[in-house]
Amino acid sequence: MKQIISIELYKIFRRPRTYIAFAAIAALIMVIQFGLKMDGQSYAGFLMKDINDTLTVDGKVLNGYLICYILLQLLLVHVPLLVALIAADMISGEANLGTLRLLFTTPYSRTQWVIGKFIAASIYTIVLLIWLAFLALFASMWIFGTDDLFLMKSNYVVLIQEKDVLWRYVGAFVFASFSLLTVTALGFLMSSIANNSIGPIVGTMSAIVFFTILSTLNIPLFSIIKPYLFTTHMNNWKEFFDIKVDDNNEAIYGTILNLAKIKTSLIVLTLHIILFVSASVIITKRKDILS
Amino acid sequence: MSVIQVNNLSKHFGNLKAVDQLSFSVNAGEVFGFLGQNGSGKSTTIRMLLSLIHPTSGRIELFGKSMETNRNQILEEVGAIIERPDLYPYLTAREHLQLFAKLRSKKITTSRIDDTLIKVGLLERAQDKVQTFSLGMKQRLGIAIALVHNPSLIILDEPTNGLDPQGISDIRNLIKQLAQQEGKTVLVSSHLLSEIEQMATQIMIIHRGQKIAEGPIQKLLDPNKMVVHVKTTNDAQALQFIMSGSFSNYLLKRTDGIHLCMPDYEIPLFNTSLVNAGVGLIGVETRNSLEDYFLQVTSNSN
Amino acid sequence: MNNRLQAQVDPLIERVSQKLGLVNDYVAEGVMKTDVSFIKASLGKVKVYFKKPNLLKVKKEGGISLLPKGGVSVTINSLLNTKQYIALPAGTQEYNGKTLRVIKLVPTDDKLDWVISTLWIDPADALVYKTFTTTKENGSYEITMEYGSYANLGLPSKIIFAFNTKDYKLPNGITLEFGDDDPTAKQKALKNKKGKIEITYTNYVINKGVSNTMF
Repeated sequence: MKQIISIELYKIFRRPRTYIAFAAIAALIMVIQFGLKMDGQSYAGFLMKDINDTLTVDGKVLNGYLICYILLQLLLVHVPLLVALIAADMISGEANLGTLRLLFTTPYSRTQWVIGKFIAASIYTIVLLIWLAFLALFASMWIFGTDDLFLMKSNYVVLIQEKDVLWRYVGAFVFASFSLLTVTALGFLMSSIANNSIGPIVGTMSAIVFFTILSTLNIPLFSIIKPYLFTTHMNNWKEFFDIKVDDNNEAIYGTILNLAKIKTSLIVLTLHIILFVSASVIITKRKDILS
Repeated sequence: MSVIQVNNLSKHFGNLKAVDQLSFSVNAGEVFGFLGQNGSGKSTTIRMLLSLIHPTSGRIELFGKSMETNRNQILEEVGAIIERPDLYPYLTAREHLQLFAKLRSKKITTSRIDDTLIKVGLLERAQDKVQTFSLGMKQRLGIAIALVHNPSLIILDEPTNGLDPQGISDIRNLIKQLAQQEGKTVLVSSHLLSEIEQMATQIMIIHRGQKIAEGPIQKLLDPNKMVVHVKTTNDAQALQFIMSGSFSNYLLKRTDGIHLCMPDYEIPLFNTSLVNAGVGLIGVETRNSLEDYFLQVTSNSN
Repeated sequence: MNNRLQAQVDPLIERVSQKLGLVNDYVAEGVMKTDVSFIKASLGKVKVYFKKPNLLKVKKEGGISLLPKGGVSVTINSLLNTKQYIALPAGTQEYNGKTLRVIKLVPTDDKLDWVISTLWIDPADALVYKTFTTTKENGSYEITMEYGSYANLGLPSKIIFAFNTKDYKLPNGITLEFGDDDPTAKQKALKNKKGKIEITYTNYVINKGVSNTMF
């Protein structure tokens, strides 16, 4: 299994396509960082329009922590599409290339191959996420400095103390890794069904877009299925940035408002991963390699 | 000892019987030629031998072990190329061999990789990416991948595809060498039947998924079974003559002209008799090659 | 008549002013608590800088602070130190077991930001326990004060700014918070509807000089 993972990683990182995602993330982040560096105050002013009517906000609102939050909000919707580019190609891409024959005639079972390839794709996903974290969090911290995280949510504002922020990002990135691994697993499932590269990539992207729309539409009919959609849960990394208040409406340091929601989401995402990967194994095992 | 033992192997794709109750065996050290027209079920059979396709029914044993229960152990000792030489365009020849060497439980040294590259004539291009390779070079690299771990059974599906005449000759010699000098068992399929004729010790021909002939090449090239294609000015008259006489037993049921199968020593007598019977003889073609035999048996089974 | 009214309450206001006048400047350390219905914030350490006549600045040490807009500058010092007002007595009121004199101040200078301010003063110790000020631009503020060891200088140990907040709402499209649950559920978690900012002072450094650059 170790051999499979190592050669799969070798192949992933030898392919030019792999670096598209890294370059895309870097470009997106740098463009946003540049924009906010140049004209971030007016963006912050726009966000704080309602607050500024009654309150004076004093301090470095537009600091690295807020920038990272803004970046994650924007990017974690799109990174799944970049993950799909690799994950959805892992099996079908080789079927298309014809190399799946070579792999499946080695002394490893198809189950080993599928799981090994999934682990390799997962490592790629995690590396991509680390790259994202490095640029979105650490580069932003370096460029914009750090301060309290002044977070403007839809209905209220959360002010999290500087010392109370970093662990939340660690939590958010760990959570995001589960979200992205779900996408990886979905891409994998699509990949095990098809014999060409484009179909599963487009299929995975379409599925993400489709379910995201269902998850974001506030239509009562869809509310019934929402809790079961992985896309509903993928965005819950934000829960790390909501804080409990006591009876005096005083934020309690180091707390998460809705920890149960995070736990539920992690369970739902993990179940999706298990379901998708198991289905990939079963489909691949039963499949006749005709390509 | 039989290295490959196949019993009643069938594969159905819906209503199509791609392989139908096929049984055969390949002994150690043999070069086993596997013949069949396109779509005859050759590749499906080879893919079943390599566990790429699940049989609908039947049993496959390699090295005396069941493929179902000992797959991984069996595949340690098998090297194969299947149809096209499909490789990773972004990797070099050497990287391909290193990568597949890693997947074997036995230690494969750098010198073994070099030897394999020399064997297929790719040492000088070892550092080049496969995307710069010609089809023939890719085919040779495919063979190198099949050989790198020094397997005792080599399964080659159309190995001379895309090679130039020199390349074809090289591969032919390599296969002979593998069997004769290294004692490997080779199962080779090809649409270039003349190639098989020059390499194989045993052959099997399948058509529409069924075996129609199997045996040692000398037996199948029996001089007592020469194929004679007779071209006359009046085929009806010629047929009437053949049916009425002792040559009627040799007549083959074919629609593409008059064909007979007879011992070679009877051909002069047949020619003379035909002329004496007043049939205008334009020409007589006689063949004894494996290719003709192949054409003959497949046309007979139509 | 105005003079007569002013004269009646003048002594108490004068006593308050005198007490406050002892302090030329101070730097106070304190803990600030923000209690606004739509804001979740924790306690933060602040430094409050004051300099006569009416310079005041609340600074949070290395963090982000939320203060009522213009509110903190409308303190007793800034009300009284300008001397540009008319004081009107408005009777007495019971407040936390004390009988306080209620005095309304009306500015005589149109340029001042405030329109009217009511002061609740204990005649016994000449301390202002509560003010209610209506400003031109920034609405009304209620400031209540508690006193401790610096009461002799008129400096509170705790000060609470109360103010009305407007509704806060950002569209989901901007916050990208889709698929959230019933927003009223979240509002329930927030206890208070009226805005309050509390500063509890831990210590004062008085009359040691404060640079103008602090403000």
